[in-house]
Amino acid sequence: MENKKRIRVMTGNEACAEGAIAAGLRFYAGYPITPSTEIAEILAGLLPRIGGKFIQMEDEISSMGAVIGASLAGSKAMTATSGPGFSLKQENLGYASMAEIPCVIVNVMRGGPSTGLPTLPAQGDVMQARWGTHGDHPIIALIPNSVREIYDLTIRAFNLTEKYRVPVIILMDEILGHVNEKVILPSPDEYEVWNRVKPDVPPEEYLPYQETESGIPPFVSFGEGYRYHVTGLVHDQTGFPTNDSKEIVRFLERLNNKIDRYKDDIIEIDEEKDAGAKIGIFSYGSTSRSAKRSVIWAREKGIKIHSIRPKVIWPFPEKQIAAMAESVDFIIVPELNFGQIAHEVEWAARGSKAEIIKLNRIDGEPINPQQIFDVIIELDGR
Amino acid sequence: MFDYNKYLRLNKLPLIWCPGCGHGIVMKSILRAIDKIGLSNDEITMVSGIGCSSRLTGYVDFNTLHTTHGRALAFATGVKMVKPEMTVIVITGDGDATAIGGNHYIHAARRNIDISVILFNNNIYGMTGGQLSPTTPAGFNASTAPYGNVENSFNISGLAEAAGASFVARGTAFDALKLDKMIEKAIRKKGFSLVEAMSPCPTAFGRRNRLGNGSKMLKQLKDDSIPIAKAAKIPTEDLTDKILTGIVVDRDLPEYTENYQKLIDSLQDKSK
Repeated sequence: MENKKRIRVMTGNEACAEGAIAAGLRFYAGYPITPSTEIAEILAGLLPRIGGKFIQMEDEISSMGAVIGASLAGSKAMTATSGPGFSLKQENLGYASMAEIPCVIVNVMRGGPSTGLPTLPAQGDVMQARWGTHGDHPIIALIPNSVREIYDLTIRAFNLTEKYRVPVIILMDEILGHVNEKVILPSPDEYEVWNRVKPDVPPEEYLPYQETESGIPPFVSFGEGYRYHVTGLVHDQTGFPTNDSKEIVRFLERLNNKIDRYKDDIIEIDEEKDAGAKIGIFSYGSTSRSAKRSVIWAREKGIKIHSIRPKVIWPFPEKQIAAMAESVDFIIVPELNFGQIAHEVEWAARGSKAEIIKLNRIDGEPINPQQIFDVIIELDGR
Repeated sequence: MFDYNKYLRLNKLPLIWCPGCGHGIVMKSILRAIDKIGLSNDEITMVSGIGCSSRLTGYVDFNTLHTTHGRALAFATGVKMVKPEMTVIVITGDGDATAIGGNHYIHAARRNIDISVILFNNNIYGMTGGQLSPTTPAGFNASTAPYGNVENSFNISGLAEAAGASFVARGTAFDALKLDKMIEKAIRKKGFSLVEAMSPCPTAFGRRNRLGNGSKMLKQLKDDSIPIAKAAKIPTEDLTDKILTGIVVDRDLPEYTENYQKLIDSLQDKSK
């Protein structure tokens, strides 16, 4: 019976909402926006049933603010949105990065810029996810490609944000948000749930931004007897603002080094390599589903392919791409934008002989397997 | 002698505020009100936005959260929903709360969430050097209104009342003891409460408008103040330049976090 319950037909948005609850989500604040709205609708129903809290805020800016406040008060917290709303969230997303408040932000991507193509898929926010807020800041972004993976990566998003105190973005797109797929959801003993590391010192010795060996300061919620100050100003280990150049450098280096230091733990890719492959493919999100089909067709024709699909796009899997670039002549980068990630792949492959082949589509339609297959055939003939 | 020290982070003094600024008077008023109620430092979360008044959270020994410009109420909403047992106080200014944060301000009041807002109204953007705020009176100069302000100004208290707040009061840095009582009532009141505290800014507002130093501006606050009950007997046209002080509204309305808890409880009952 229990097993039967885990066999489901569900959409990506549903998987995201339920994955979040499985990870321990107890607070959601959001603002309606296509194609992400179902996440809010589902959580409005689920959260109060388990003692959690849901609030529809007056805009995306305040949704992000409420999420940070809730996390600081001790709840695992999330918001979901799409392009225009994601732009509005950037202000407080930067705050979460700066003040190291764990939180998860879902962006179900649609066509942009501006109001763009509200009901159609795109992958135009991959760079906004990295650099959307101002200033150098750490960020983690996950990019699932199936309903089941949305469930898994939503759990992972919470685990990563709790562990590293870095806001984690989940990049979905309209196709993934709305597609129905049969899934077998994992039982709770099949996944881990991580929680923030609490201080092991009494309140008078607690430094909220302590330079610990791990680089991640222990985190205690407001209201637990550890009174401290949280600010978006550059601060020292005590949490209070500083203008001292040495302290500024110490803080900003620690903050930004969190990603560099732990990228091997954070980065997750799906890699398939045929021995002797001369054609590489780097694809992500819903586009990688088409890529997968085109690779099957290519293999049927005897064409060898080396494919990499990131499940984590930020930090970027530079090392893995560099390794691929050493052995292939071409790397095809299909994406639903004008080539945002192709530039990153080009940079990662610098110094190799691999040529980066962009394959882009921005008309609100997915890149289909035939398009990628045609490119493979063309490159194979070169 | 009242002991302010137990509420202050003494190593963070001196304050950033200019000589003659009224914000220190209002801050002391807040601390006396907290003391009167008997709240412990641990029970309080104090949230602020950006601006001169919002720097207050750095000086007081509570759980303090200095947020982004205009967004204090959004952050405070998250804190209050997760920990409704905490006393959540928002420190903000006229620009922070009613210009960039105007949307959050009216919606927090509409939800009637149990947060107390102490709004330092100095009619100007002080920290950035004297630009026009939504409460700069018409005709007054600001660095971005060099020929005099041609806009109408906001009635901040009226806005909160109309939006659905449980408690709204207006006081001045001149009459600090009355302010104590208003703040005490605001914190005790269940629901969204606002105390609009008029505070002089001699540096960025007074100087440009030849209003004199801090003490002269305080005296002006006194001269311009009329208790609300008294003002009711005066024709409206004679009140345009006046500050109507006292309790604007004090009413019992359903509170947001309590309503949400009732919802949770009702769903729990159903599942039994």
